[in-house]
Amino acid sequence: MAAIEILGLEKTYMVGFWRKRPKRALHPLQLKVEEGEIFGFLGPNGAGKTTTLKLLMGLVFPTSGSARILGREWTDPDIKAQIGFLPEQPYFYDYLTAHELLNYYGQLSGVPAKNRKQRIEEVLQLVGLTDVKGVQLRKFSKGMMQRAGIAQAILHDPKVVFLDEPMSGLDPMGRREVRDLMEQLKREGKTVFFSTHILSDAEALCDRVAIIYKGELRGVGAVADLTSSVQGRIEIVWQGTQVPASIKALGAECHVTADTVRAVISETRQDAAIDALRRERLRLISLTPVRTSLEEYFVEKMRKADSTAGGAS
Amino acid sequence: MNARVGYIAANTFREAVRDRVLYNLIAFAVLLSGAAIFVGQISIEIEKLVVINLGLTAVSLFGVVIAIFIGIGLVSKEIEKRTLYTVLSRPVRRWEFIVGKFFGLSGTLVVNTFCMAVGVFAALLYVSHKFMPADALILVALYFIVLQFLIICALALLFSSFSSPLLAAVFSFSLFVIGSFAEDLRGFAGMAHGITRWLATAAAYLVPNFSAFNVISSVAHEHAVAGQLVLHNTLYALLYAAAALSGAVLIFEHRDLK
Ligand SMILES: Nc1ncnc2c1ncn2[C@@H]1O[C@H](COP(=O)(O)OP(=O)(O)O)[C@@H](O)[C@H]1O
Ligand SMILES: [Mg+2]
Repeated sequence: MAAIEILGLEKTYMVGFWRKRPKRALHPLQLKVEEGEIFGFLGPNGAGKTTTLKLLMGLVFPTSGSARILGREWTDPDIKAQIGFLPEQPYFYDYLTAHELLNYYGQLSGVPAKNRKQRIEEVLQLVGLTDVKGVQLRKFSKGMMQRAGIAQAILHDPKVVFLDEPMSGLDPMGRREVRDLMEQLKREGKTVFFSTHILSDAEALCDRVAIIYKGELRGVGAVADLTSSVQGRIEIVWQGTQVPASIKALGAECHVTADTVRAVISETRQDAAIDALRRERLRLISLTPVRTSLEEYFVEKMRKADSTAGGAS
Repeated sequence: MNARVGYIAANTFREAVRDRVLYNLIAFAVLLSGAAIFVGQISIEIEKLVVINLGLTAVSLFGVVIAIFIGIGLVSKEIEKRTLYTVLSRPVRRWEFIVGKFFGLSGTLVVNTFCMAVGVFAALLYVSHKFMPADALILVALYFIVLQFLIICALALLFSSFSSPLLAAVFSFSLFVIGSFAEDLRGFAGMAHGITRWLATAAAYLVPNFSAFNVISSVAHEHAVAGQLVLHNTLYALLYAAAALSGAVLIFEHRDLK
């Protein structure tokens, strides 16, 4: 059974004060997340990530489409006991202390009274808020709010956890901790679905990612598959200060230093470049594939999307 | 009643207390004791009349202001600050949230009214040195005041579910004022003709009939309150509040949270 199945969810907002006009924040989205996965939902700001999560949480209603969570209809209130949600830049009742907040949420999620206290201590420990559990949230920094947000998302031991930009507002140390926490959730057999616009956060962590841009899904797959689908490139370094015309003709970007030349060319031109170097009797120093990062894949995708959109209009 | 409604109500009450809503009691105490001392020179009968009239009117007005100003913010503030996201992503139905908020605010107002009532009785004791059986009528007046608060809370929730907080405050307060003259409005409607008559009658019966709830001056004059009025007002308030609350729920159920 899939943990999350998004079946054509679509959202069009009506914007404008006087003459309302439709703004499509999310095109019909098809997506399936398996149980036990860490799934990254990637896209730049305004791509439609938060909209997707709000639709899944039942906070906004779709223009069309539906979804299933753990095999049940997403609107089923009982399914909500099995899911946790961290909103983007979370804010909580600031007149409560961290402990009171978690107790309230524990009550609402149906955590039995006898386990609640112990469970609250556990999650406070996990997110590093034990020392400030008696402090009112109005005195919390943005990073502490984020930690409280993570605590409330996992408090009731949910099977599927939705996190909207979980690393935002955290320092490098905090980001690291959140990454570790997600990995721990995975080890416990939970499904983690998180959105981010920072690719490096997803790259090391996700089993699979989906890429969304301007409300449309642009690609889904394992990080390795996605990056390999982008045309690979090779870096060639040789001794000398000359760039032979035959290599220039291959479309190489060349950098000449004191006694070496570094050229980056498309992988498909690799043999032609080596032949050219032999012919010119230049000494090859190294030949390394340039690993395409998710970042590059992303930029590539965006550029293509924009150019096709531009061409159509 | 379901447990989640209770938890939401309790949290709403806690918020009101921590936001120092009950501080209005201090202003009330100052006002009341000032008045009691000020009229302390006049004869005992007049003094009592003034204390009861002024005391109960103040209880009513303070409560109405609190009901409206907290009532309109109950839901809109949670949407604005996005505190609602982590509540509604739990097994909480939207109607439970609205109903919980309603009970939380009603509870706050009951506690607030109770404290003020203690103040009114204390002032009464101060001016007349003893209680009389007729003073029990004040309890009936207080009960009617609380019933009014229920209606106003529900209306504030209803208006804030489809309009901005400012407009919701204006609507609620206008309805409170118009409702206080509902009986005059009904009389006026009876004198009109044609279409005006129908419209005026409809309006007069649609606004909450707060004039039936105002027994302050008759209580101050020690006139008894008919048992039938108590029954009638109780049913009326419960039905009116339930209708307004249902409207609020109906709108909120279909609303996108921004
Ligand atoms: N309540 C709303 N009303 C109108 N437009 C909205 C609303 N929420 C989001 N949008 C628009 O929908 C698009 C997607 O937004 P969002 O889902 O927040 O993106 P992301 O989370 O990926 O940054 C944006 O263009 C945004 O302006
Ligand atoms: Mg977002």
